[in-house]
Amino acid sequence: MSEAHAHDHHDDHHHGPEPGIMRWIKTTNHKDLGTLYMWFSFTMFMIGGMMALVIRAELFQPGLQFVDPGFFNSMTTMHALVMIFGGVMPGFVGLANWMVPMMIGASDLALPRINNWGFWILPFAFTLLLSTLFVDGGAPAAGWTMYPPLVLQSGDSLPLLIFAVHMMGVSSITGAINIVVTILNMRAPGMTLLKMPLFVWTWLITAYLLIAVMPVLAGAVTMLLTDRYFGTSFFSAAGGGDPVMFQHIFWFFGHPEVYIMILPAFGIISMIIPVFARKTLFGYDSMVYATASIAFLSFIVWAHHMFTVGMPVAAELFFMFATMLIAVPTGVKVFNWVATMWKGSMSFETPMLFALAFVFLFTIGGFSGLMLAIVPADFQYHDSYFVVAHFHYVLVPGAVFSIMAGVYFWLPKWTGHMYDEKLGKLHFWLSTIFVNVTFFPQHFSGLAGMPRRIPDYATQFAEFNMISSIGAFGFGFSQLILLFVVIKCIRGGQPATGRVWEGARGLEWSIPSPAPYHSFETPPDVPDSEVTSAQEQHA
Amino acid sequence: MASEATLNTKDQKYFVPEPSAWPFMMTISMFVFMIGFASWLNDAEIGKYIFGIGLVMILAMSFIWFRGVVNESLGGSYRVWEDKTFRWSMSWFIFSEVMFFAAFFGALYYARVLSVPWLSGEGSEFSTNEYLWKGFEAAWPTNGPESVGGEFQTIPAWGVPFLNTIILVVSGITFEIAHHMLKEGKRGVCLAFMGLTVALGCLFLFFQAEEYILAYQQLNLTLGSGIYGSTFFMLTGFHGAHVTLGTLMLAIITLRIAKGHFKPTDDSHFAFESVGWYWHFVDVVWIGLFVFVYVV
Repeated sequence: MSEAHAHDHHDDHHHGPEPGIMRWIKTTNHKDLGTLYMWFSFTMFMIGGMMALVIRAELFQPGLQFVDPGFFNSMTTMHALVMIFGGVMPGFVGLANWMVPMMIGASDLALPRINNWGFWILPFAFTLLLSTLFVDGGAPAAGWTMYPPLVLQSGDSLPLLIFAVHMMGVSSITGAINIVVTILNMRAPGMTLLKMPLFVWTWLITAYLLIAVMPVLAGAVTMLLTDRYFGTSFFSAAGGGDPVMFQHIFWFFGHPEVYIMILPAFGIISMIIPVFARKTLFGYDSMVYATASIAFLSFIVWAHHMFTVGMPVAAELFFMFATMLIAVPTGVKVFNWVATMWKGSMSFETPMLFALAFVFLFTIGGFSGLMLAIVPADFQYHDSYFVVAHFHYVLVPGAVFSIMAGVYFWLPKWTGHMYDEKLGKLHFWLSTIFVNVTFFPQHFSGLAGMPRRIPDYATQFAEFNMISSIGAFGFGFSQLILLFVVIKCIRGGQPATGRVWEGARGLEWSIPSPAPYHSFETPPDVPDSEVTSAQEQHA
Repeated sequence: MASEATLNTKDQKYFVPEPSAWPFMMTISMFVFMIGFASWLNDAEIGKYIFGIGLVMILAMSFIWFRGVVNESLGGSYRVWEDKTFRWSMSWFIFSEVMFFAAFFGALYYARVLSVPWLSGEGSEFSTNEYLWKGFEAAWPTNGPESVGGEFQTIPAWGVPFLNTIILVVSGITFEIAHHMLKEGKRGVCLAFMGLTVALGCLFLFFQAEEYILAYQQLNLTLGSGIYGSTFFMLTGFHGAHVTLGTLMLAIITLRIAKGHFKPTDDSHFAFESVGWYWHFVDVVWIGLFVFVYVV
């Protein structure tokens, strides 16, 4: 496949970027916006990371050292909100912005101005959220899940928190509609649904989840707002409401939200492993069906987050079995990744290393999730550090590692330069070692009974916490290597070919590196040689 | 899929807009609005003024943005391919609205079917009733074991709410007649029916406002009337807000027809149809409300 066909229309009017800062404020270009999303995500990753380090510094030793308990609770709350809504979700949206149009041969996202809107809401939403650190009563401290009645006792931060969530919701919904419409309507002729790269598939399903659940979150926090300021009784038993009702509504959003943060990761890993194993993805169709099954199941498992709240036994059983069912499609995925590597001609560049760590460490998080799904066992684990260990295993070496894998994988396509492989590997090994040093001991302290969200603990947990804190600081500072590698790669380096990776296939690799400002102004042909899916495998 | 079937050479190029400051300005407007609202709720005197400024900014930006899109549409920027984008987008947007209402319908269901009976000791919740809310018996409507907000009466379904149901259903029909007239090029009749639809929307809102006044002044049914008042006013209130927006949208497309937009030669008049979709959605939500809030 030649690199030429993207340039068929040299004579066409190219509206390039505006000069200066206005380029970034007014841009409607999916690549510009993807870049903005990625930098925003990294900034939030750093801010949320600093909050995590405050938590780990306080927990380095038993007793109260650095911060007062109220501020500690604010840190756990804000760390979660910043990382989920500011770090992971925008990171995936940034990758989708950059890659989805190139992968399906579209000129841009379907609604470029809405795309700009979706991005620019975020810095303002997080200004609202972070401003709560300076208001009367301090930042929200009731946990990111915002359970009433505790959260209703917040100070002046409550409306700011709620409106920040509303703004993030607008951003997510507009972004998700944009991605769904782009995928459904903007594919080049010949790019049939079952020829789409898996990253596109997983994002299509993720976007559907976002549209379905973000409005529910908006409804839930609106009820908090009216309960506090307008006299309603949704969550007050005295008026006939029920605080547990909030938990149901919240987790109806919250569980699909968990998959919103992992399905695109599955897509990225499914793109990377075949390239570095130099084989086509094993079981493409089953990957698509597994993703769809996980998305469906995500709507009927929410109450496993609240087994100990006092539900009828029938409900506990239903949610337990439904949760365990998720292991089946997830198992299909892990099996397919391993089978893709089977007898492959493997090489271990940085993206592949992150992808392999993902498969291994995410699976650990998946297994601890199975343990938590067992109702009688969960009564022990609930609200302990075991839960913290579980969701950090799926989110850090899961979601975050997949974003990093994606960044290393696609960075040469974005910048036109190869990144520094040595530093990339250093970043990988330090991250992988420290992430395990941080979170593995938390399984043990959790099983031994250490509760989460408490700034002090019994001395029996001292060693595990000390190890965990050392790991956290190591992990945090290791991320500066990523920053350095990315800046270095933007500024220069060995020129990247269009194909970048030996064995890479797909429309995004058929255009030059760096990708031109407008990659496909007219829909390209989709030759079989650029299709990685089942159709091609059968041929 | 769709694109393959319909793409021809004329549609090969998808409309990609120039860089634009509208979305950024819209974001600033939202931000001012939110800051103002939050300060207002936190008892800052200046809050409501900032809130008002933000609201005006949002309306102004909506006007500017939509005017721009209308001009692009009149200028022929949008063809078959872009039209599909708008159709998909509007469908998914309405789906997100459905899910927003689902949260409040869910709250109503949970309270009525599950948590209120539990407060009265149903199922395994004997001790909840015995030790926390002794003597409370489940009923609907209720304002809870502490009678939050005091005694209240409800609005009977078969009076004005039923009338309002008829008004909304009829307005859906008048809209569809207007749609057919538009397609047949009978613009005078179309305008008359659009005017009728807008008038019915306003009439609905008028009756709804009357009912709210009645509820607050004579029935002592308020937002603070326990879980019944909460679900009643939040569901009907958000629905009313959507009817207001829908009526505004209907009024705008009526004016656009009067100005000669949506020509019969245009095979696409999706701005018109999307308002119709929205209006029917609002209609369906009302029927859900009428059944589950008023009748049952």
